Amino acid sequence: MADVPFRFRSDDVVADPAVTVDAFAAQTNATAVRIEPGEDARALLPFLDRLRLVEVNFPTFTDGRGFSAARVLREAGYTGELRAVGDIGVDQLSHLRRCGFDAIAPSAELDPAEAATAFAVWPEVYQATGDGRPPIWALRHTAGRGK
Amino acid sequence: MYVYDQYDQAMVDARVAEFRDQTRRRIEGTLSEDKFRPLRLQNGLYLQLHAYMLRVAVPYGTLSSAQMRVLGDIADKYDRGYGHFTTRQNIQYNWIKLEDAPDILADLAKVEMHAIQTSGNCIRNISSDHYAGATPDEIIDPRPYAELLRQWSSFHPEFLALPRKFKIAVIASETDRAAMRLHDIGIRMVHNDAGEIGCAFYVGGGMGRTPMIAPLLNGFVPLDHLITYAEAALRVYNRYGRRDNKYKARIKILVHELGIDEYRAQVEAEFAHLQTQGIEPPIAELERIKAYFVDPTFETGLSDAIDLSNADFARWVRANTAPHKAPGYAIATISLKPLGKAGIPGDATADQIRTMADLAKAYSFDELRVTHAQNIVLPHVKKADLFALWQGLVAADLATANLDAITDIIACPGLDYCSLANARSIPVAQKISERFAASAKQDAIGELKLKISGCINACGHHHAGHIGILGVDRKGTENYQLLLGGSEGADTSLATIVGPGFSEDGIVDAIEKATNLYLAKREDGERFLDTYRRIGMAPFKETIYG
Repeated sequence: MADVPFRFRSDDVVADPAVTVDAFAAQTNATAVRIEPGEDARALLPFLDRLRLVEVNFPTFTDGRGFSAARVLREAGYTGELRAVGDIGVDQLSHLRRCGFDAIAPSAELDPAEAATAFAVWPEVYQATGDGRPPIWALRHTAGRGK
Repeated sequence: MYVYDQYDQAMVDARVAEFRDQTRRRIEGTLSEDKFRPLRLQNGLYLQLHAYMLRVAVPYGTLSSAQMRVLGDIADKYDRGYGHFTTRQNIQYNWIKLEDAPDILADLAKVEMHAIQTSGNCIRNISSDHYAGATPDEIIDPRPYAELLRQWSSFHPEFLALPRKFKIAVIASETDRAAMRLHDIGIRMVHNDAGEIGCAFYVGGGMGRTPMIAPLLNGFVPLDHLITYAEAALRVYNRYGRRDNKYKARIKILVHELGIDEYRAQVEAEFAHLQTQGIEPPIAELERIKAYFVDPTFETGLSDAIDLSNADFARWVRANTAPHKAPGYAIATISLKPLGKAGIPGDATADQIRTMADLAKAYSFDELRVTHAQNIVLPHVKKADLFALWQGLVAADLATANLDAITDIIACPGLDYCSLANARSIPVAQKISERFAASAKQDAIGELKLKISGCINACGHHHAGHIGILGVDRKGTENYQLLLGGSEGADTSLATIVGPGFSEDGIVDAIEKATNLYLAKREDGERFLDTYRRIGMAPFKETIYG
């Protein structure tokens, strides 16, 4: 079973092996899928009901397609586990969280103290990304909505 | 000018702490150079030929005197007593020590400045018209929209690992002073038929090895959809921009390969979807920002007369001032292009930087602008103060009267500093400047935008020069190609290579031949560019190689 050092949900870790996007579409009982950078997360939208785990692979942390994949899935209403895997360092952790990942399994072990610092790096945020954090513009205008 | 509130300050302070921690990990060795490199680039820190270079952001080119003064102090404290203003309205320091970088960022944060996203594959510092808020030809001050975009693009978690760098410019006049259509996204503020203000989006422009002029993506995006539309455009690029080849990774290649219509269809679909996601700041936020950009309190009843009895002053006024929207005021440009070998295009010493800060405080409502042509603008100068300002500039060796003349050269740092360069740019710029320095000579030629790049990455904008020079390496020798006919203005065009390249001295001779032909052939009122467009390349080629 996958080791998921950073997990922000209380349900059980999904133990099913994540299959490729192509295989997932063909296997009507599969519940876990893995997206590679070149694959279209929207191909999964017809199957959100049976999905329990989406792994998004970052073969290299400088390829940011997985950030968009995560937001596409969350914006479409996906509420299952969204797990980032691959070449992930502490400096990517806060961005992954902001894009909707609620589980992170880096291929190399991260220092827990450094990771804790990294998750907490931003006191506030400028953008609304669907992660539940109110953006700074909302904080500035909480009393003035519709003003 | 925009002023940080506690949120903006907290974000910049958080960035300083984050980068200090990253630098510590790098120096201790727990963070490898491979992993550190993209992180330091997103804080403006490059490794050049001889040292680290730090590029500091000047959002939309606007600075207060206090900020300018700190830029001078940083040059003294951490560098070799000078800084270099860049073609994207920023400033960079060429001799930085890695261990000093976090302290520099902390010094900058104290005056509401930073180096966030001045490099790397992310949304870069937003540029704008250096005459914004002062020029009579704009429909509205474009900078509040640039500030809104600055906040949106700062640490945007989805767009920090894009296929390639992403540059945005915002302007609001027909006269394009920001090379808007040579950006990844160029935005022009426009009126629609109902008289409402909105944004025209151009996408996929750029220079580099494949220069392209941005086509129109959307002629009118309403103000209350600006951020949502930009996010849609960026998301399509992040998902589908090429990542297999760094030289084909800019959005211009995606737009070119898909075609603007298909790219537009994808953006529109994403835009329709994102409108359901509540990501747009309220108009109240735009109004909050706009309040910081209200006009300074201009005096009224001023005379427009200027005493031009001093000939040197008169020449500077004619060359370096532009009309202002308020009666009795002018926009004054401080040239950072001293003649001949007296300096390096875009460089200023720490003392000069502080002098410019003092002059802005005394004569320009505390405000300065950095121009993409690597000069400094004092946007709001009373005409009655111009003589005193000029005297202050003369005392600081900053009174060169050559705005937009052949010696007002844009040049990249070239092989003197840059690890990418194939040839030096600075000595060529100095030789050209020396050749044309006699005031009668350059005055006769008039407006001629000359731009030099030391390699095909085109940081010196040679594609957009009336005359462009591209330095290449030919069998181990520096060689210079000559291009003619580019423009970054409202009439944007890309320059064409004339023929075989030249040696360093040969290129100066070739330029003199080209300008002599122009002087012989020009018809009344024509600039060099106009004559070239009228008579075409053939006569120039014949004169230069004949």
